[in-house]
Amino acid sequence: MTELVDATRTTGAAPAGARVSLEGLVRTYGTTRALDGFSLAIEPGEFVALLGPSGCGKTTALRVLAGFERLDSGRVTVDGRDVSKISAQHRDMGMVFQSYSLFPNMNALNNVAFGLRMRRQHATQRRQKAGELLELVGLSDQASKYPHQMSGGQQQRIALARALAIEPRVLLLDEPLSALDAKVRAELRDQIRQLQQRLAITTVFVTHDQEEALSMADRVCVMSAGRAEQTATPAALYSRPTTSFVAEFVGVSSRVPVEPVDGSVVLFGERCRIRASDTGLPNGPLDALLRPEDVAITLDETAKPFVTHKSFLGATTRVIAQVDGVAVRVDVRSDVAADIELGARVRVSVVSRDVLVAERSVTNPVSPQ
Amino acid sequence: MAPFSIYSFLGLGVPIIAVIYYAFQSEQGKPTLSNIALVTHGSYLLGFENSIVLALITSIVPGILGLILAYAIATSRSATLKRLVATASGVLANFGGINLTFMFIATLGSTGILTAWLSAIHLNPWNFGFNLYSFYGVALVYLYFQVPLMVLVITPALGGLRPSWREAAENMGASSWGYWRYVGVPVLMPSVLGGMLLLFGSGFAAYATAETLTAGTVTLAPIQIGSLLAGNQLAGQENVGYAVGLGMFVVLAVTMILYGLVRRRASKWLR
Repeated sequence: MTELVDATRTTGAAPAGARVSLEGLVRTYGTTRALDGFSLAIEPGEFVALLGPSGCGKTTALRVLAGFERLDSGRVTVDGRDVSKISAQHRDMGMVFQSYSLFPNMNALNNVAFGLRMRRQHATQRRQKAGELLELVGLSDQASKYPHQMSGGQQQRIALARALAIEPRVLLLDEPLSALDAKVRAELRDQIRQLQQRLAITTVFVTHDQEEALSMADRVCVMSAGRAEQTATPAALYSRPTTSFVAEFVGVSSRVPVEPVDGSVVLFGERCRIRASDTGLPNGPLDALLRPEDVAITLDETAKPFVTHKSFLGATTRVIAQVDGVAVRVDVRSDVAADIELGARVRVSVVSRDVLVAERSVTNPVSPQ
Repeated sequence: MAPFSIYSFLGLGVPIIAVIYYAFQSEQGKPTLSNIALVTHGSYLLGFENSIVLALITSIVPGILGLILAYAIATSRSATLKRLVATASGVLANFGGINLTFMFIATLGSTGILTAWLSAIHLNPWNFGFNLYSFYGVALVYLYFQVPLMVLVITPALGGLRPSWREAAENMGASSWGYWRYVGVPVLMPSVLGGMLLLFGSGFAAYATAETLTAGTVTLAPIQIGSLLAGNQLAGQENVGYAVGLGMFVVLAVTMILYGLVRRRASKWLR
């Protein structure tokens, strides 16, 4: 990866990120509510990822912010100014699209310079600045190439340079890595994050890939059914999910039926505290939601649980143990897992001090995740 | 590949070789350049000029009309309308010749039904200088199949214009005009020019419609070939007809080469 050059030198004055606020956004398509009162406040220079399954409304939220979608109700403010009624043309937000969307009739340099041309900058100035931005993304040697002559990763870096050229105060990234292969994706992920931190641009990143969201963002907003389920730092989101949806969508969780006893539950014969949840304690039968690292197993020929699956993940191996008909996923050090055969009897125990509980689910799929 | 090559050779190669062979041969079967010299002067040259002007008119006007219609259809939300227009264009683009001529005569001829209706409201076009059986009458009739042909040719190119290009341009601060000026029109231009070149070839070579509509009163190269080869007016000049045919082949070959060049550029951009 080409070393990044000093952003303040390449882009003139470093643009300060804007404070962005999405307040009670509602957007409906026919009978479908794509956004159902979605709210999110983003600090200047912050990198926020919108994460969620297909149809959760994350792309709609980004498009509303960009000005490509009208709102049924709610408002979007940038540094306190209501921009809900302002067209995308005048919002001064840079956007990188999933499908690159470079203009096919322009070479890389002219693509990057397009926004400057629309701002009537002098040809010499815009060529110079576009050249600097190509250098910033490590593609100065590709300036004369047309999009069809470049790889997907190169095109997306050109698209990033094009979005940055207008010195946006808000950068919008709509699944920019999803069309790339794994190696390029990892490289570009790092480059986007470094650039964002260096330029201090407020950035909103839409993805359905939790690994991307957790590794890049300052905060992650998990969305479901057009609403924000939880907005928190990646670490908090993973370790302290406040809803069962977040617990199951982010990371891997096993559902184990439990019975509540005085604010705690009995799990594998041990008493565990119930973790505080935004939604409170559900009524009726409960499931404990367990991360693979929250559980431990030890070989024990006298125990009833037994191993049904093993998946090598590198340093750790994910083992699935069948406990009273319920699949429990456990991460075990790979050198230890090597001694655990399929069908081996194991003792299962909880290593975390508290557990998240949710209303009991009907199914407990056994899949080697 | 081989069957197509054989088919192309029999359908195109053999006739072209025959046209070239006879174009440079006298009636007595001796090699000569007199046929070529003859068709590059006088009424034959006029025939080429008229055919080229007719082809230009019937490529530019339907090209623009077809582009507008195709854009309206491409941006329509009605899938039914899109299917309907695509099917209708496929049929109408191939609807020429005697049937089409008769349809126009019955409609806009001097005693046609539309002419009669317009007469009733004192708007008979024939009273305003319109003549269906003239050069411009032929051009009007050609519109009938040239516009749908343009729709068929340009629709895939319009479909290749990604909505995200427009959004990206808008996001960069471009107005609608800015988008079309710097992105939409340049991207579409090779396809539009390619489509118009195809219309040019179609209008240049069309024979039956012009012949049946004007009965040979308008001097066009294809009609001249028909007269020379039929020998009903100018007996013994078949090889001159082949020379006119060779001239048409040269014009169409240039058209096809230009078409190939612009298509190559368009397909590169829209890949």
